[in-house]
Parts: sequence; structure tokens; C-alpha cells
Amino acid sequence: MEPSVLSAALLIARKDLAIEFRTRTAFFSAVVFGVLGAAIFYFAWDPTSVPALDLAPGVLWVIFTFAGLLGLQRSFNVELSDRAIDGLLASPVPREAIYLGKALANLVFVGAVEVVAILAVALFYSMPFGTHVFALGLLALLAAVGLVAVGTLFSAMVVNTRLAELLLPVLSLPFFVPIVMPAAQATAKLLAGRPVVEVAGWLKVLIAFDIVFVVACTLAFPFTLEE
Amino acid sequence: MSESVVRDSTPATVPAERYAAGGIDWLLVVAILAVIGTFIRAIYFTPVEATQGPAQKIFYVHAPSAFVALYLAFALVAVASALFLWLKDLKLDRVAASSAEVGVVFTTVVLTTGPIWGKEIWGTWWTWDARLTATLFLWFLFVGYLVMRGAIEDRMMRARYSAVLGLLGALLIPFIHLSVYLFRTLHPMPIVLKPSAPSLPPGMLHTLLFAFGSFALLYVALLRFRYRLAAARDELDAREGA
Repeated sequence: MEPSVLSAALLIARKDLAIEFRTRTAFFSAVVFGVLGAAIFYFAWDPTSVPALDLAPGVLWVIFTFAGLLGLQRSFNVELSDRAIDGLLASPVPREAIYLGKALANLVFVGAVEVVAILAVALFYSMPFGTHVFALGLLALLAAVGLVAVGTLFSAMVVNTRLAELLLPVLSLPFFVPIVMPAAQATAKLLAGRPVVEVAGWLKVLIAFDIVFVVACTLAFPFTLEE
Repeated sequence: MSESVVRDSTPATVPAERYAAGGIDWLLVVAILAVIGTFIRAIYFTPVEATQGPAQKIFYVHAPSAFVALYLAFALVAVASALFLWLKDLKLDRVAASSAEVGVVFTTVVLTTGPIWGKEIWGTWWTWDARLTATLFLWFLFVGYLVMRGAIEDRMMRARYSAVLGLLGALLIPFIHLSVYLFRTLHPMPIVLKPSAPSLPPGMLHTLLFAFGSFALLYVALLRFRYRLAAARDELDAREGA
């Protein structure tokens, strides 16, 4: 009996997360990269003229984006060895389920990196916690969904090309503009203690982006596979 | 997924000479003459704008280039990409690739002429205004498209991936516009393609319309030229592979 799309997707996500959990190489690299980035960015500005807190939103989102790319790169790389992807394609699951499963695993990965990065930036840039924890969490989740939706599809594509490591950021970053810009702007407003209403416009952009690109990338994914 | 057969509707029996670079591409010649005519008209036979002075004349290159890149070139990439995923005809892939390349050239013209005008009128080469930012990211998007095409060896894979990227790019453009417009904008507002009547004196308007026409013609000529090159390359690959 063919499993449903959702249960197949969960199965694939569990497989990817199990691989990652047993090796933990990508997660640790991404976390170290994130913390290192947060530390290095601090010295890129004159701390006497720009308060650390004003830099925090930008630093946070630049780090998320790049750390996320590290994880996404790996998503389809793990399928290269022994041509494991052929096994996935031969299995009786819909193609869309492979994409959704991969995306789900990536979402967990990016989410975990986000948590560590937020803590690192909060520590280094004395970010005030407490005021809008829920709104910030929602923002991070919405942004992560968009990043992962587009990034997972591109990861599947670039793995078959020369220049894979370089091509993923070149293709993905223009797509991350409507994610990073609203996320950074909204984060800045929330950290400044403004009411959540003021960032409603940015949140709507993120929600619309998520809906459009999750659907579009799920539909587009089967076209990126070899027949 | 149903089985997908990629085909190439250009018959294999077409002799290579058809695409050979012999002969003169008269459409291209006419288009170049029309663009030269536009320049002469804009420089010598169009009134100088009262407040901006001669700097305003760059507008007759800038605006039509933007029009061609956005509304013709990149729109055609999206349409041809969508049709390719549906019909699986390599002809459509060549159209999309050619249009993307010509579109990048016109966008580069937009991004070059804009700052030259901006330095004179705004006092700065570049500003992170909504339209400038959106155009820049559009340029990045399609340069990425071309880079990706160059990085894929397999012809069919290149066509499929390009079509996916071309289509997603079309979905991305409204989002880039939306997010950059939530910033304030400094760019002059549209003066021809707007709901009320065009607010340009007739002399300037006619020059501008003439410029739109000649640039559109140049686009079509370059697209045709580039398409033939793509077709010739595909045929060469097919013969080498055979």
C-alpha cells in the first residue's frame, strides 16, 4: 500500500534527521559559524557611534541566512553517496513527499541553528528579552519556512551542477530578499519595543511568501528530478 | 508524474547553414538604425527639460531599456519557462535563455544610465530606493539564471532547471517589489504608463514613444539573433554527440 504524502514526508524527514543526529557535523559547523559570525560582526562597526543593539537585527538575519545555506547545501549532498537518491526515487512515495520530507528536516535544522544564533546575538549585543518573545518566535518561524522552501528546491538542483557550493547562494539570495528584509525590519521594531501592530505589514509579506513558495516549490520539485 | 518526453520541434534535417553567420541580419541592421535615429532625435530635435537640463536626455535610453527588460524580456522568460514545463520543447528553452540574456543586457543599460543621471540630479550615484533596489535584485536573479545554465552539462537538465528557475523568478518579482516599496521611494513616478494622461509635452512624448519602439525592435532583433546562435549550438552538440 502506498503511504500518504504526509506520512512518507515524515518518514523521509526522520531519516535525514537521524543521519544528522548521528553525525552532527553540519549542525555543529552551522552553530560554530553562527556564533563566530556574531562575534566578528561586532568588530565591523565602531561601537562608540553605533549602539550594539541597533546592529543586532541585521547581524541576526545575515547569520541565519548564511548558516541556513550551510545546512541546505547538505540536504541533497547526503543523497549523492552510493547514489542514495536513486533509492529514494525508486521507493513508492510521491515525488512531492520527498521534497516535503527534505524541507521538513531542513526546517528543524534551520530552526535549531536559529535558536543558538538568537542566544549568541542576545548575549553579545545585549538584546532585551521578554517584551515580544512570542512575536519574535513567530517571525523566526515564518522566515525559516520561506528560506527552507526555496532553499530545499535549489539544493536539489545545484547538487547536480558544477560549482554547487557557489551556485546555491547565488540562486537563493535574491529569493531571500523578501524574507530577510521584512524579518530584519520587524525584528528591529520589536526589539525597540514598538507594538506588534507596527510589524503587521511585514508579517503579511512573510506569510504570503511562505504560502506562495511552499506551494510553488512543491509543485516544481518533480521537474528537477531525473526521469 | 506522467512520462515526460523532451523534444525539439526544430527538425533534425534542417541544414546547419540555415543558422550560419553568412549573410546580413537585416532586422538587426534596421533596429540599430532605428536606435541611432532615436539618439539623434533625442539629442538634436527634442526640447531640453527646464529644470534638469541636458541630463534629462538620458531618460530616452533609460526608460525604454527598463520597459524592454521588464515587460518584454523577463516576461517572455517566464512565459517560455512555463510553456517548456508543459510542452517539453527545447525550442522554448532556447527562447527563454535568449530572452534572459538580452534582458540582462538591457537591465545593465538601466543600471548604468540610472546612476549617471542620478549623480547629476540627485547628487549621488546610487541610493537604496525601492525601484533601484528591485532592479538590482532582478539583475542578480537573471545573472544567477545564466550562471546556472553554464554550470549544467546535461542539455535536458539545463532546460528543466532553467524553466523552474525562470518560473519561480516570475513569482519572486512581486515580492521584491512589495518589500522594497515598504521602504520609501525617491524614484520619479511613472509619467507615461499611469492611469491619468501622460504628463509629458508632445515633443518629448513623441521622442520617448519613438525610443520605446526602436528599443523594442532592437530587443526583437537581438532575441532572434541570440536564438539562432542557441539553435546552432544545440545542433552542433547533437552532431558531436551522434
